[in-house]
Amino acid sequence: MIAIKDLHKSYKMGSNVLHVLKGINFNVEEGEMVAIMGSSGSGKSTLLNIVGMLDLLDTGSYTLDGVPIVNLNETKAAKYRNKFLGFIFQSFNLINYKTALENVALPLYYQRVPKKERDEKALQYLTKVGLANWATHLPSELSGGQKQRVAIARALAAQPKVLLADEPTGALDSTTSYEVMQLLQEINDEGKTLLVVTHEEDIANMCKRIVQLKDGIIIEDKKVNQVRASEYV
Amino acid sequence: MIFRRDTWSEILSSVTKNKARTTITVIGVLWGIFIYITLSGAAKGLDNGFERQFERVAMNSMFVWTQQTSVPYKGFKTGRFIQLKLNDVRTLKTKIPEIQYVAPRNAKGVFGGDAPTITKDLKHGKYNVYGDFPVVVKIATKDIYDGGRFLNEEDIKHDRKVCVIGERTQRELFNKNENPVGQFIKIDNSYFQVIGVHKFVQGGGFEDDGDIYIPFTTFRKLYNTGENVGWLAIAAYNDADVIEVEKKVKTVLKDIHSVAQEDERAIGSFNLGEIFNKVQGFSKGLTFLSLVVGIATIFAGVIGIGNILLISVKERTRELGVRRALGATPNEVKGQIILESVFLTLVSGVLGIILGALVLAGINAATQDVTDFPYTNPTVPIPYIVGALLIMIILGTLIGLIPAQRAVSIKPIDALREE
Repeated sequence: MIAIKDLHKSYKMGSNVLHVLKGINFNVEEGEMVAIMGSSGSGKSTLLNIVGMLDLLDTGSYTLDGVPIVNLNETKAAKYRNKFLGFIFQSFNLINYKTALENVALPLYYQRVPKKERDEKALQYLTKVGLANWATHLPSELSGGQKQRVAIARALAAQPKVLLADEPTGALDSTTSYEVMQLLQEINDEGKTLLVVTHEEDIANMCKRIVQLKDGIIIEDKKVNQVRASEYV
Repeated sequence: MIFRRDTWSEILSSVTKNKARTTITVIGVLWGIFIYITLSGAAKGLDNGFERQFERVAMNSMFVWTQQTSVPYKGFKTGRFIQLKLNDVRTLKTKIPEIQYVAPRNAKGVFGGDAPTITKDLKHGKYNVYGDFPVVVKIATKDIYDGGRFLNEEDIKHDRKVCVIGERTQRELFNKNENPVGQFIKIDNSYFQVIGVHKFVQGGGFEDDGDIYIPFTTFRKLYNTGENVGWLAIAAYNDADVIEVEKKVKTVLKDIHSVAQEDERAIGSFNLGEIFNKVQGFSKGLTFLSLVVGIATIFAGVIGIGNILLISVKERTRELGVRRALGATPNEVKGQIILESVFLTLVSGVLGIILGALVLAGINAATQDVTDFPYTNPTVPIPYIVGALLIMIILGTLIGLIPAQRAVSIKPIDALREE
């Protein structure tokens, strides 16, 4: 599903050049649930951003579902993001003046899905995350866990190939975190590929594979026995 | 993109859910277009008002009278007084084809000299008396109250002793509810039958609401004026150049009366057409000024919209980042910002137009009965409104380009990091 070869990325910080990713080789098969771990500055977010086409790679190659991601301009990136990827952010990033339903329908709006169909689908995904009753509520009226579930529904709405989660539980307490992880596990069980960036050990252990990053290189890549989040809830 | 219903509902939701921002933004342009509409409407009202003041008088008319000569000519010395004669009328009409009407007039009491004493039973007073031909109403309209009439050709032909009196004359000489038409009044020592009462209208020059009109022929018998004419009221055809006609009239009269052409004093004139043109120029200037001020205010308002959108783009960096992460292309984001700008401009513009129209209607209602102030029917021509709307759409688009460009100049990744 994801194939990355010799990925290098550096940032210019004034006169210094910060070499963040120093040759990453990394493959993800369909249906995997991969945790990317590392301390801050290890390059894990940068890797996720490049996979998410929010950032461009310097050298190396990146293939997503057999499509080589090259010559990426903003318009092309936007189309790929819309078609292939679903994002889940640490701070949810819901649009505060839109209701839960409208937020979930937003990726479909950019796919030019007609309004009626869009709302039906959005409601379907809200039901899936257990928030059908909250469809008309604004994000400010939802709890942190509910917001993240709306965000997950939004990420799913466009039926992407891969879900990218950047510290999805970073802003949540542990009980809520496990609920969110349980939801993500269920989504993975249905065959969706997931990439989860986290620095929490227990969250990482709820994935099927852990990739450890340190100073821009992968130091460890191991399969683990998935801990079901439902055991904690 | 503009024609997708979704695009608009998206914009609608974005502007309606940020009420404070939208309200402030709207007020700027609303105020601008409001000023524009009220100003140009008021200018138009003034314009109409002036026109109404002048509508009683042929707009290309003039008065011509004689004074003393100032240049010796053909053996005559200076200081000679020249007298207009009835024959001059025919000469003028044949020599100057641009002239439509000439009304020779005589008067007693207006230009110095005692006004005749008018007596009705026990009441009496002094009022100006004019000797007139019926044609005078073609140059300065006289409204006659119901039941009466103005002088006619028969009155002239038979030297009838009939008169048209003024509103004030009626008020002062007749009892209330007494119909003056058909009754007799005494002008100096002769009795005249009243045939009509004229309604006084503003802008009729030196005439007033006490004036009495009698047939020209009767006047000359009464005061022994013979062929003499006090002054001439002349109206040129609508398409004639009044100033040119005025010059020709003077040339012809100077010829007839053996006055040197370079004599500036001998023949006096007052050109209503010229005055009217000046007044019209003034109201045109006013209209232009209101247009400039109005459009400048709209400019200021639209720039205000751009300003607020620029701030709001900064405020919405994160939202726009999210939208782009979810698959909005830079053009879609740009389009949204520009359309929001145009939409806000248009909505506030239309509101401003409505508000301005209401205020104009209010002013119109308030000045309905005011006659001594030239202000009638303030309106704004449709092309002005369409023009203003077009300007707003264009300006709204242009000003929207700046925040739109700003919105897409930030990478989505940076936008998402923005706190």
